[in-house]
Amino acid sequence: MRVWLSHHSYALVLALKRLVGAPIGSLLSIVVMGIAFSLPAGIYMLLENLQAFSGQVSGAPQLSLFLKLDANNEVVAQIESRLREHPRVASFEFISRDSALAQLKQDSGLGDIADSLEQNPLPDAFVINAGTLSPEALEELRAELQTLPGIEHAQLDSAWAKRLDALLKLSRLAVLILAGLLSFALVAVIFNTIRLQILTKRDEIEVSKLIGATNGFIRRPFLYFGAIQGMAGGAAAWFIISLGIHLIDDELAELMRLYEVNLRLYHLSPEDSLSLLLFSACLGWVGAWLSVANHLRKTEPR
Amino acid sequence: MISFSQVCKRYPNGFDALKNIGFTLEAGEMALITGHSGAGKSTLLRLIAAIERPTSGSIIVNGQNVSALKGGAIPFLRRNLGLVFQDQKILFDRTVFHNVMLPLQITGFHSKAATGRVRAALDKVGLLDKEKARPITLSGGEQQRLCIARAIVNRPSILIADEPTSNLDADYARDIMGMFKSFHQVGVTVLIATHDVELLGSTPLRIFALNHGELTA
Repeated sequence: MRVWLSHHSYALVLALKRLVGAPIGSLLSIVVMGIAFSLPAGIYMLLENLQAFSGQVSGAPQLSLFLKLDANNEVVAQIESRLREHPRVASFEFISRDSALAQLKQDSGLGDIADSLEQNPLPDAFVINAGTLSPEALEELRAELQTLPGIEHAQLDSAWAKRLDALLKLSRLAVLILAGLLSFALVAVIFNTIRLQILTKRDEIEVSKLIGATNGFIRRPFLYFGAIQGMAGGAAAWFIISLGIHLIDDELAELMRLYEVNLRLYHLSPEDSLSLLLFSACLGWVGAWLSVANHLRKTEPR
Repeated sequence: MISFSQVCKRYPNGFDALKNIGFTLEAGEMALITGHSGAGKSTLLRLIAAIERPTSGSIIVNGQNVSALKGGAIPFLRRNLGLVFQDQKILFDRTVFHNVMLPLQITGFHSKAATGRVRAALDKVGLLDKEKARPITLSGGEQQRLCIARAIVNRPSILIADEPTSNLDADYARDIMGMFKSFHQVGVTVLIATHDVELLGSTPLRIFALNHGELTA
């Protein structure tokens, strides 16, 4: 146990010494890895935010029925009774064209324009809560209601949220592929860093092996080095994302306010941040392992 | 104990470095391997430490069959050997002290006890006052003594030296040989390759003479 501890502390100290011993080189590799990793991690962060946003907006599926402009009270009453009897309609709300116009004036700051209108351009409308219907059943219901007399247009309000959801799924797959490719690049970066380091430590490795060092002993400082550098790269990516959020969050909130949407960016969750660090450390470890194994294979006695 | 039987070493280019070598060196014995340059002295020593593998034959070191040793077991064989290399293999990026410390770090020696051992080894070769010096500032003889200190710091049962006096003047060389004799006197098995037989003067020793890869005496 004591031997094990002394070996590992020796390797860790050696790795840190090497890292500090070449500050510019270490820093550059770390930044390269940080940039490489901030790409998939940053996109992932955006997707997480969009996901949370779409979940918050879509809620229960809603159907909007817009009536023809010339629909009179009789038609409205007719539709109302049809809806009340319909088994799939959980609840509904009637919004008259006058109240719709009043709300438009109040909400959107378009009061002046609305006031200048000679007549109300808005139709009467029903907003239907369809409960827990599947997207297919919802679409059926929409098509059915569309055919009612006096209906100009029936619209699924949650359709765009569903499209967004599907888009998010696709994007997440793309992020995964990107992360896979960039992980490979990261392993290659570490592999080369370690290879260069091995070249400068060649004598030490050779002498150590000649006087009884195991491959594990040779490998250990390099593995620590790779893992530390990989983790530092992950941390660099985390900070790059922080910086990005800091820079665009206010602007984005401003932009979204114009669309009457309240969207703020949140950083990666603690779990995701930890996974990022661990994953990048693992990649560094793998790159270092491959590099040292490659060198050691050449030094076996023949 | 070191025992060779029917050992041959042929290099990939077809050159036979060693042909049918057989001898036994008992524990606590001291012997010289002599021969012209290229006779196979270094190759023979390298086979003992499993730095190279024999083409055929068997080599027994401390009861282990080195020629059939698995890669993972080689480091533990080498830890029982003190090796003094022809090209010294001193690390110039660290002090004399840390050069001698390296074998102990490799075996995972506790650092306080290790310091004592390093000092003892440096004392034996007369370099104690240079422990903080850089190896590059040492003279040729001192560098050779540094190598010996590194070889004995693990207290090996077998000491193997390849041309330890090759680039030293006669006084230094006699000094170094005297050191090996003193290790022999405390029970270490010593095997030295040299082309300089005069050095040992009157001391009666076993001598293996190599000639073009064959033992002649």
